[in-house]
Amino acid sequence: MKYSTWSQEAALAVLATLREEKGPVLMALQALQKEFGYVHKEDVTLVANFFNKSRADVHGVLTFYHDLLTEAPTDNQISVCVAEACQAVGSRQLEKDVKAKFGKEVHDGYCFGNCALGPSAMVNGAIIGRASVEKIAKARI
Amino acid sequence: MKIYVPGDSAAISVGADDVAAAIAHKVTGATIIRNGSRGALWLEPMVEVETEKGRVAYGPVSVEDIDSLVAADFMHGGAHALSLGESEKIEWLASQDRVTFKRVGIIDPLSLSDYEAHGGLVGLRRAISLSTEVIIEEVKESGVRGRGGAGFPAGIKWKTVADAISDQKYICCNADEGDSGTFADRMLIEGDPFTLIEGMTIAAIAVGATEGIVYLRSEYPYAIKTLQKAIDIAHAFGWLGSSVLGSKHAFELKIRVGAGSYVCGEETAMLESIEGKRGVVRAKPPLPALEGLFGKPTVINNVLTLSTIPAVLADGAGAYKARGVGRSLGTQVFQLAGNIKCGGIVEKPFGISIEEVVNGYGGGTLSGLPLRAVQVGGPLGAYFGIDKFETSLDYESMLAAGGMLGHGGIVVFDDSVDLAQQARFAMSFCALESCGKCTPCRIGSTRGVETIDLIIQGVKVDENKKLLLDLCEVMTDGSLCAMGGLTPMPVKSAMINFPEDFTGEVSRR
Repeated sequence: MKYSTWSQEAALAVLATLREEKGPVLMALQALQKEFGYVHKEDVTLVANFFNKSRADVHGVLTFYHDLLTEAPTDNQISVCVAEACQAVGSRQLEKDVKAKFGKEVHDGYCFGNCALGPSAMVNGAIIGRASVEKIAKARI
Repeated sequence: MKIYVPGDSAAISVGADDVAAAIAHKVTGATIIRNGSRGALWLEPMVEVETEKGRVAYGPVSVEDIDSLVAADFMHGGAHALSLGESEKIEWLASQDRVTFKRVGIIDPLSLSDYEAHGGLVGLRRAISLSTEVIIEEVKESGVRGRGGAGFPAGIKWKTVADAISDQKYICCNADEGDSGTFADRMLIEGDPFTLIEGMTIAAIAVGATEGIVYLRSEYPYAIKTLQKAIDIAHAFGWLGSSVLGSKHAFELKIRVGAGSYVCGEETAMLESIEGKRGVVRAKPPLPALEGLFGKPTVINNVLTLSTIPAVLADGAGAYKARGVGRSLGTQVFQLAGNIKCGGIVEKPFGISIEEVVNGYGGGTLSGLPLRAVQVGGPLGAYFGIDKFETSLDYESMLAAGGMLGHGGIVVFDDSVDLAQQARFAMSFCALESCGKCTPCRIGSTRGVETIDLIIQGVKVDENKKLLLDLCEVMTDGSLCAMGGLTPMPVKSAMINFPEDFTGEVSRR
């Protein structure tokens, strides 16, 4: 996935679009991640100052949510569902196999709502049902 | 010529996009409609064509099948090995009682004219013509209860919010469907988003709210896209905005996207998350109905609850409550998942047995191995063996059987399942997702994982089982919300119903 190069100006431009939102901190961090791929260290202070919050508030939100990343993501983002319905059709083994093959690209997912066609995976935002190592490999860029 | 290829993400997960592209390429003059899924998910991608005798279905269709389908003249309902006959006569679907899901899979999800042609907006138009008291009375009378899992009567909640005096009230739709084995919220939003918008608009009129928020999980990117488009269309149509369908009511609707936290499906954690904070559970009271989002009176209902309201208003409370058993009135949208041959959506009146759903509709396991366990009601629901299959699926009977109905998900496991591992997973999931506010949940879950590990390893098994039950009691009674309070349910039910998996011996396999 292509992301913009981070700069303070670019980050502030993203925040400016959220000026009118009520309760904007989580939205702001999500928007920054969408634009730059992850939440940069400097963003915590920027968001805090912009919305008149403490840095602790922003740091707290940043570290609470699994979706929010503080390091640049790998080119491919693979998520294998390891929740119960997918466990019932072998996702524990699939997750091991996919991790062995694609290492840091792989994260645990907890349900994509595709529980009748598991095991399920999400590769770069596209959903895969009856997933296998081969299908996941094919969906990578 | 109209050809339907579902745009539901479950169908897409098994190739519906490629099938749609191949049909567009190989069939000239075809109008391809990306409908929702009818819910027979093992038949996806299920392609339908409009013929003189109605819609005819084929499935599961893969790209490789398109040439032979074209050769068989499927465009006009021609015979083919994949033919399922007339869609309306597919027994699995025809035998269901679709109320909440009546349009899903049938209409073009983003066509308002399709929506209206299939009974859409009738409920809202009626609501506009009624006083708020009458709307709330109708909802109360129908017996609709919260479909998120708690089963609280929707009408009573609405009444509390309606009676509260405030300059601002909110309608929040909980679409943080994080339970494994559940996908009805997602399918409804992808397949018939206007129904949810209609339900929320009716709720807003009933309680005097002018703003609505759908808290939709980030794991559902397709649903987010569809719902946003539907909201934009409703706006352009004069449905949402300063004057709802020309009435004196105003209603604005927005989506807030979650960020991968399971506990944010708990209603107060959800409010915190919408306010942009950590998803930490709030103590109750105050009830969200009185002090909810940004401290204002707030209706919080699940997607299915709100999406059932239009039917209640359109057909009347009487028609709705004629279905169901005891205090569980109307229909429930069951979701059949996991190791299941024929998985998908089964909407039936409350009171159908687990047996009828799992073996009747589901057809047993996908693997073909004997069925050993089901988990009903999501990750916090109980594990049952086949000896409990005659249990009626309604709120009260499930409670009496030591389980819960939850959001209506049923996950099936074959006999390769190890219930000690499932119990361990329940605790480790709680440890991962706990918001951290209360000790029984935050610490108890981690101690639970350790204790189950000792049992699995065969270390002082009896003592540790006792300890685990004691821990479960502390978590059940001492946790602030259902996350810590119900995590013991899968653990204890696994221990009670499958004691042979908790002996500390690996001999069973």
